[in-house]
Amino acid sequence: MSTTDLIIVLVQAGILVNLMLVAAAYMVLAERKVAAWIQNRIGPNRVGPWGLFQSFADVIKLYLKEDVVPAAADYKFHLLAPIIAIGVSVTVFAVIPFTPPVDIGGTLYTLTMTPNMNIGVLAVLAMTSVGVYGVALAGWSSNNKYSLMGGLRSSAQMISYELSMGLAIVGVVLIAGTLNLVDFITWQSENMWLIFLQPFGFILFLITALAETNRAPFDLPEAEPELVGGYHTEYSGMKFGLLYLAEYANILASSCIMAALYLGGWDAIPFLDDAAILGFPATSIPMVIIGHVAFLSKAFALVFVFIWIRWSLPRFRYDQLMNLGWKILLPLALANVILTGLGVYFFN
Amino acid sequence: MANITSNTEAQRLTFWERIYLPEIAKGLGLTLKQMFKPKFTRQYPEERWIPEGSYRGRPVLVQEDEGERCVACGLCSRVCPALAIEVRAAETEKEKERYPEKFEINMLRCIYCGFCEEVCPEEAIVMSKDYELVFGSQEEGIFGKEKLLVPVAQLQERLEFLRQWR
Repeated sequence: MSTTDLIIVLVQAGILVNLMLVAAAYMVLAERKVAAWIQNRIGPNRVGPWGLFQSFADVIKLYLKEDVVPAAADYKFHLLAPIIAIGVSVTVFAVIPFTPPVDIGGTLYTLTMTPNMNIGVLAVLAMTSVGVYGVALAGWSSNNKYSLMGGLRSSAQMISYELSMGLAIVGVVLIAGTLNLVDFITWQSENMWLIFLQPFGFILFLITALAETNRAPFDLPEAEPELVGGYHTEYSGMKFGLLYLAEYANILASSCIMAALYLGGWDAIPFLDDAAILGFPATSIPMVIIGHVAFLSKAFALVFVFIWIRWSLPRFRYDQLMNLGWKILLPLALANVILTGLGVYFFN
Repeated sequence: MANITSNTEAQRLTFWERIYLPEIAKGLGLTLKQMFKPKFTRQYPEERWIPEGSYRGRPVLVQEDEGERCVACGLCSRVCPALAIEVRAAETEKEKERYPEKFEINMLRCIYCGFCEEVCPEEAIVMSKDYELVFGSQEEGIFGKEKLLVPVAQLQERLEFLRQWR
């Protein structure tokens, strides 16, 4: 890789990381707005038009808050936990290609941090596994029984649901025959969106993604009525802000990955050749803009689904959660892999 | 009681109810419908609620052209269950002969029961529509005559309500 390429990638990474964090901050506002609408309320509307500056006000408030660390807490690990959490959720964005390749002076560029990474899906699975460290460490180092319970629950939950998540992804990997997200999307725009071939796998992935990101109905690690605030009970100021932001960044990352794996990524029209219909060359700038908008609208539609589910369904009990994970989702995911494998074997 | 093992709720569910997903979809549909319904929120500082005449807000003294109606009989002070009212009477040249030299209601104690209004023989103390009571210290919470006296014109609705229903 030449120096120019490196600089381009670094600049893109800088832009993307900041955009993702701002988007995550805005998802907090979106969450509050959707919650309000579902409950027949209006939601935040005091800071700026429609409350649009609420997120900035919140972040400034968090920066100005005193950073309280309990006397019994392990200071270093207490500090490390939010850093791991936010680091991991930003790293997941590294593999996501946000635009189709664009032809600039004979070279193909994509808006992503790691152009054409050939182990994209594996990297996603690896990083979500590391994500559990942030939560478990936050719970452990706080030296508080509620935090510890939250951290432990979260570890157990993430490890249980990761299996089903991995197996759900195996289904699409078998069909598309690649681990590269760019190839995934290219395959889908040439053939068809994988949600039509793997509707069942999509539902499995959606459920496990809810559990992986600690979202309702699987938000046991921070179950307010029983655990106060769960693993972030003892956090305040911007450390709490980072944990909170990481949670929303994770949701956005899962939505982007689902959009890329199942909903055709930047492919705007299913089953058909976009470039031919819209009349632009495949790697021209208008196509890239259309593709980018398509990708983001799919991702944010999924974010809305996440929020929508949170405000519709009650929380699972802990034993129900484990039963669902091990006795139901895992066998179903295995069956999905076997059926997909047979399908690929006979129809290819 | 022995554990019930037959005809439990889990057994009464149909197959489609037991696999959850259709029921979850139903629930999601319900919440989605709610999102587009009209909202009930009142934008408080901009849109204020104006109560009916029957509302029991802050008790006030009725002020007429020649001064307050109150004759300082002290009944309100006597009936007040929270001991919030303090009256000190003095003599006056007017026809009614007596007036309250000092009339204080401790709004930290007042429970808005309306007994003072009910017991008043002169209709001199009535409940107003004022529900926005803010003060910065305990001393400010004791309302003297200057805060309590309200022109009779502003209290017409309450007085009519009292005449109709009491």
